[in-house]
Amino acid sequence: MVNYQERLDRTFSALVDPTRRAILARLEREESASVSALAQPFAIKLPAVMKHLDVLDDAGLITRTKVGRTVTVQLRPAPIREAMDWLRRYERFWSMSLDRLAAYVEGKEAEARKKGR
Amino acid sequence: MTSLTLVRRIKARPSIVFDALTTPEGIACWWGPDGGPVLVAETDPKVGGRFRVRFRMLDGSEHESSGEYLEVVKPERLSMSWRWTGGVEDPGESVVEIRLRAIAEGTELTFTHSRLRDEESRSDHEQGWNGALNKLERHFLQATEAAGQT
Repeated sequence: MVNYQERLDRTFSALVDPTRRAILARLEREESASVSALAQPFAIKLPAVMKHLDVLDDAGLITRTKVGRTVTVQLRPAPIREAMDWLRRYERFWSMSLDRLAAYVEGKEAEARKKGR
Repeated sequence: MTSLTLVRRIKARPSIVFDALTTPEGIACWWGPDGGPVLVAETDPKVGGRFRVRFRMLDGSEHESSGEYLEVVKPERLSMSWRWTGGVEDPGESVVEIRLRAIAEGTELTFTHSRLRDEESRSDHEQGWNGALNKLERHFLQATEAAGQT
């Protein structure tokens, strides 16, 4: 089983590439699409698109289903959820800390003013 | 690769904010995500100096982070390397940068935690994938709602 950190690394490295992000954004809008439909807007050849799909598949971000000669691609949101949760933990940590920092220094400022500095 | 930026407008002058960010007494009063206590706060705010902060959360878990000061310009700029130490948290080193700007009401503080997953670091893509995550999150939310109904 791939551990949590490895999964996050895979998710984020899959998302680094603009073509892959465009593919995911489209799948997000359209629920599912065929490989050839996905390849259509890009100025790259089908094998290159297939490689991007392999990376997305390895990261667990998509599933591919073959029906007859058509491969249909769908978005799998679970790794995205994990990545968002991970980022939110940092956001919560700093957001709460900075709120407390603000309250603390505003008290110090009020003290300093009382002392006439 | 990814970064987090937060901005706060604070009713205190930059020098007071800067001291709260760099002194152990100051850090002990605000560091941490809930009201749990800061157990250790060590600072040496000069370029190449180190900091170490350990805190306990209200759920009893303890967390520690440490790093090196990369930039110390009182009372305007502070940056340091950041690493969780001795826990199950994220491995790898990231960077914290804080900018303090004097404004009429006091200080505008801009806080950035960047290179959160440094292995994949490519700065020009940073914004792209943050945006991608935000968009994709909508999909995720719909998917969980659907799952919740079954």
